[in-house]
Parts: sequence; C-alpha cells; structure tokens
Amino acid sequence: MTDPILELTGITRRFGPLLANDDISLHLQKGEILALLGENGAGKTTLMNILFGHYAADAGEVRVNGRALPAGQPRAAIAAGVGMVHQHFTLAGNLTVTDNIVIGSESLWRIDSRRKEAKARIRALSQTFGLPVDPDARVGDLSVGERQRVEILKALYRDASILILDEPTAVLAAPEAEQLFRILRGMTAGGLSIIFISHKLHEVMAASDRVTVLRAGRVVAERRTSETSPADLAELMVGRSVTRPKRAAHALGAPVVVARGLSVGEGQGKTLTEVDFEVHQGEILGIVGVSGNGQAVLGQMLSGLARPSAGVLTLEGRDITRLTPREAVRLGMGRVPEDRHAEGTVGDLAVWENAVLERLHEPAFAARGFVRRSAARTHAADLIDRFDIRGAGPDTRTRLVGRQHAKADSGPEPGCPPALSAGQPADPRSGRRRHRRRSCRVAGRACRGRRDPDDFGRPGRGGRPVGPHPGHRQGPSFGAGDGGEGRCPDAGADDGRGLGGA
Amino acid sequence: MTEAFDILTNASLWAAVLRIATPLIFGVLGALLCERAGVLNLGIEGIMTMGAMAGWLAVYWGAGLWAGLLVAALAGLLLGLLHALLTVILGLSQHVSGLGITLFGSSLAYYLYRLWVQVGDLPPSIRPFQPLSIPGLSSLPFLGEAVFSQTAPTYLALALVAVAAWVLNRTPLGLALRMTGENPHAVEAQGLNPVMIRIGAVMAGSALMALGGAFLTMAAFNSFFPTMVQGRGWICIALVVFASWRPGKALLGALLFALFDAFQLRLQTTVSGVPYQLFLMAPYVLSILALILVARRARVPEALMQPYRRGER
Repeated sequence: MTDPILELTGITRRFGPLLANDDISLHLQKGEILALLGENGAGKTTLMNILFGHYAADAGEVRVNGRALPAGQPRAAIAAGVGMVHQHFTLAGNLTVTDNIVIGSESLWRIDSRRKEAKARIRALSQTFGLPVDPDARVGDLSVGERQRVEILKALYRDASILILDEPTAVLAAPEAEQLFRILRGMTAGGLSIIFISHKLHEVMAASDRVTVLRAGRVVAERRTSETSPADLAELMVGRSVTRPKRAAHALGAPVVVARGLSVGEGQGKTLTEVDFEVHQGEILGIVGVSGNGQAVLGQMLSGLARPSAGVLTLEGRDITRLTPREAVRLGMGRVPEDRHAEGTVGDLAVWENAVLERLHEPAFAARGFVRRSAARTHAADLIDRFDIRGAGPDTRTRLVGRQHAKADSGPEPGCPPALSAGQPADPRSGRRRHRRRSCRVAGRACRGRRDPDDFGRPGRGGRPVGPHPGHRQGPSFGAGDGGEGRCPDAGADDGRGLGGA
Repeated sequence: MTEAFDILTNASLWAAVLRIATPLIFGVLGALLCERAGVLNLGIEGIMTMGAMAGWLAVYWGAGLWAGLLVAALAGLLLGLLHALLTVILGLSQHVSGLGITLFGSSLAYYLYRLWVQVGDLPPSIRPFQPLSIPGLSSLPFLGEAVFSQTAPTYLALALVAVAAWVLNRTPLGLALRMTGENPHAVEAQGLNPVMIRIGAVMAGSALMALGGAFLTMAAFNSFFPTMVQGRGWICIALVVFASWRPGKALLGALLFALFDAFQLRLQTTVSGVPYQLFLMAPYVLSILALILVARRARVPEALMQPYRRGER
C-alpha cells in the first residue's frame, strides 16, 4: 500500500455539549473513491468542513501528501489541492458561471481579470470531465444539476487533486445521480481521489471503492465495498440490526380522504390536472413522481395552504376543498411540510413553542391571552419522549435539533390525527423513521413518498403507490446526459434541501 | 413653455447640473460600493458632514486644497471603519448603526467646528477650488461653459465613475467585492476573506461619501454650516436603488436629479403665480416617480444587509 494522499488523524470537534467528531481518523489513497457513510448527525459534514478549513478542529491533524494543513484556512486547503462541493452550493445566483469559478483564483490586485483565458479553460475542463455548462450563463438561471457541475468545476479549476462531495445526490434525480457517479469514476481514472458523503446505501455500494462508517461522531467501521453488503452497512450505520419493518395484514376501513378531479392553475400553467385518489382508514398511500410535478401543491392543498381551481376534496365525508390552515389543524389533518424550515417550524423558537404554535387558540395551552407555559412544556416533553426526538429538550432552540425537525413537526398532532400528509418524509433519515410512523396507529395517512428507490432498494414506502403523477408541468431537459428526462429548474431545490440545517 | 425651453438651452443650466451632481456622484458611488459588498451604509449623511468639516478645516488651518480632500477622505475612512466594526465584525443591525453614525458624524463635525474655529458675525471662509480653464475645450461655444467650466473635484468625480465601473466589473478585486454582496459563503469557500472585503469596501465607500461632503465646503461654497448636507446623503441611498447598483446608471441618476434641481431653481424666478414650494418639492417627487418606474426591476445584491458569520449557513 502506498502512502495515502490524504490522512486525518484524531480529529475531534465539539459544538457546545455536542461532541460532533470524536477522535476520527481516516485516510484516502490516490485514485480512490471513499464513501463516508452515516446517519444525519453522525458528524460527516463537520468532518469534511474541518478538512476543508471551514472549521478548526479542537484536536487532530489533516495531512495532504504527508504535509500538515494549517487549521481553519480554506485557502490553504485549496492550495494543497483539496476541492469541496458543498451540499448547499456556495454559488452567487446573480453572477455568471465564469465569475463563480474564477473568484479567488487570481491575485486581487490585478488591474484586469483574464476572462478570455478563464473561459477557455472552463470550456476545456467541461469537455475533459464531461460537465457541460455555459461559462456565460447566469448561475441563477441554471438547473440544480448544472449548478452542481459549476460547483465541481470550481474545484477542478483550482487544480484539485482531492474532491470532497457532501451529499452530492441530495438534489439530483436518479438518472442525474447515476450520471454524476459515472463522471466521478472517470475522474479517478485521471488520478483524482474522491470522498463523498452519503447516507444512501445503494449509491455507496454502487460508486465507492471503500466505505468508512460514522456513527455519533466516531468511526465505527471501515470496509472494502466489494467485501460488504447493504444489510451489513445499514447495521453498522444505525448500530443495531435493521430488520425490514413488517406490516401486519389488516383490513382497510372506509375512505377517509377522497380527492376527485383536483386541478390547480389554469391553461398552460396547470400544475395539477384532475387528480383522483382515496385514502382508506389504516392505509398508507404513496405518491411518486419526479420533484416538480405537482406533489408540492398537492401537499399544500391537504394542509389548507393552497386551493384547487377545480375538484373536490373530502375528509370523512366532509367537504374540505376550501380548507384554511386553521381548519386543517382543527380537523386533525396532520402534515409534515416538504420544507420544514420555511413552513414547518420556526428555527429560533424553542421546541415547546413550536409544539403549541398552531394550538394556541386551545384553552389547554392559552388562557386569557397568556400562553400556559408549563402545560406547553409538559406537552413538548411528552412528544419528545413518545416520538424519540433525539438531541432535544423542550427548551432547545428548534434549529439546533437539525434534521429531527420532521418529528417535532408531526409531533404536535395529538395522538392520532385522522390523516397525516408528509412531503419527502424519509429523505434525510434512515430506516428508523419508518418504524416510528408505524408505531402510531392511525386511522389513515396520506404520504407523499420519495422519488427514487430508497436505501434498501425497495420502492417508496407507500402501502400503495400512485403512479407517475398526472401533473402537466413539463420542465425542459437540462444538459447532455440527463437522459432527456424532463425536470423543473427548481426540482431539487424543494426537496432534500430544506432539510439541511446543522 | 418658452421659458422652460430658454432655460434648457442655456449653458449655465448645464454647468449648474454638473455642479449640483458632483457631491451626489461621490455619495452614490460610495453607497454603491458598500452595498455591492453587502453592507447598507446609512451613516452617509453624517459621513458627508464630517468630510465637509474636516476638509474645510484642514484648508482653514493652512493645508492645500488637495491635502484638504485627503483629510476629508481620511475622516470618511475612520467613520467607515466604525460602521464596519459594528456591522461586519459584530454583526449588528446595519440600519441602527448607520443612523447612529449619521447622528454621531453630524454632531461631532459641528462640535469640533465650534471647538476649534472662532465664529464671528460671518462664518470664516477659505479660498475654494476655482473653475479649471482647459485650453481649447473651455473656449468652445456652449460646451465650454456647460461642461468645461467646472472645478477639479467635479472631473475627479466623473473619472471615479469610470474607475468604479472598471474595478467592479473587470478586476478580481471587484468580483470578490460583488460576490461578497451576493454570497459571502461562496467567497470563503474559495479561500478569500469576506470579512476583510466588507470592511475594505465600507471604508473605501465612506471615504468617497466624505469627498462628496468636502466638495460642498471646498468648491460649491467656502464655509462650513452644520446643516449643509441637507439630505443629499439620503438622495444618494435612493439613487443606488435607482441605478440598480451600477456605477454608470448611478451617474445618470445623479445628473437627472441635479437637472430637476437646477431646472426648478430657474423656474422659481421665471414663473410667477405658483408657490415656490412646489418647485422645491419637484426634484424629490420626480425622484420618487423615477424610482417607482426603474427600481422594480432592480436586482438587489442577495446578501445585502445579511451579517456574515463564519461556519453558519
């Protein structure tokens, strides 16, 4: 075995009481693809941010080609040949692709920027690595997939020999993700070494040479990909054996939520066209489709945030077509919005505040214009306990709870709401979430499922999938190699993205 | 109608337009630099007042006029540094800090003026910048009087528009500054320091604002009055929006406002029977109208007024 191109030893980093990285060591060989696997909150992103110099580690050392990197300096990391593709792209939407790529590559005191040469080089790099993008395009006009290419080109432009990708497929549709991994494979053939962060087992199995598994800030295992299995990795990742959740067979009851001919928008601008479905008591309904085909607006309708332009929606026989958010809460339509930061929770408020926010009109939580804080806290503590919301107390600021958001969010519904709708509920989580959902026995749930096969290679979690959604919105096709699949420019922006945080 | 036409074809009107526009050009360029880097600088009124006082005082104490401008710029740099410390390092509200600096700068200027200058019946005066005579150009008919009869700072202001446009759009420094105003995290991820860039931009912008103030005491008039900036700073803040954060359009906006102002001054004396207050009001009303028409399409720097803290996203 040759000397590693990159070596991390004893990296430790605390954030307040949280030990995000606990004595982590790992190494990367030249030309290798290493997958960093772990649940959210396992410390993967923190580790990579330390490697790239966004944070300084409390202890430990990063060595590139045997030389130690000074802590906390992205500039030094870049100079040593480390390039990072951030999960939340670090791009300026109002500026051009070239602007975004060349910034930082020239001395600030030059009187004239070498634009022509820069563009030629960007074109050459795009060509070599199969990352087509127009150097003169405004980044804000690009699709998510194209933005990711720009982010990768940024690293390559700075002559990166080590590329770090933080959850690169979180924003991509399945064919785009496959394309990306083909490109990465080509890069390693050209001598690049790659670390990618993921929690998706199937892509780790498909794309990596070696896997390092993190759990709760520690390295728990290291495996050659060829010598492991998804089941093995899943177990290492969550720390206990993962059995496929089984559903006891039970008879379905009467229809609870019924949609007939739901449409949104007029003429060409239609985002939903005559959608029919019913959800029976005791049933989980999955709705599948590439992001941007109307799922978001359907979810909004189920929680009273959007109104259909035609069609009828009923809940237990009652017409709820003109539902207001307040009524949705009152009727017990539980929901987990797709973008939890924007619509679900208020990050700067405490968990207990979020827990009672939509129930402040109830005498249990407010009396004579005052919030009954002790009752609210007790309620929040109870929810945290019952739904296994990790890392939180009633007084924790909600944003610090990170990706456990969804739970806090669905938590408020008392016990068993007659219906729960969840937008991309499982995307940022591992299998555990699904256990939880099953453990609450409910009358009926509508679930908008994931758009790609999940970690265990099964289709979406729905009890009964409803096929490609008849939304009429057709996105243009982006760039070469996307397989010509129609996607909307914002397709990725409204899924997994909203779930980030920590 | 003929009066209006007569006024517009008179070279002295256009000379006045350039003169009135000069402090606005300095101020709007300064405000633009700050905002392009993501920092709103409402300290502009106070910084202009301070510049007006500092430059004038230096000359009153015997310095040359150019040295006076330098002193004014230095005063601006210092107030800019204060604003940057509060908003960039400490991440405080840019509105509150800016208004505070306006109050502080205006009051400090007057305080120092009263402390160091004996004021008799008439405020003491200096010999200000004189119109430059440019061989060949100044003797041209019409254009000579309209354009080439200005003082040196006016030409400096015009030149700075070109310099600012070049620096912003053509140099790596300008790109870093613009990127900082759009997404400071992107700047950091490329190995640059957005905090230093913001501090530098706010200081440089504040120096330009102070030069705008200095023009008032050192070219337009020859004495210092505590209220002489008279809202010109606020006009500059509005002009930045009008200009969609572009130096070229900022020049246009400053000239347009100056035209309204010069025009109404002359209308006041030629048109009778209309209360003069209406004319006084006109430039501001027209500016608001222009703002409504133009600024709706403006593309605001995305990170404007967002404090940058490392490691947070």
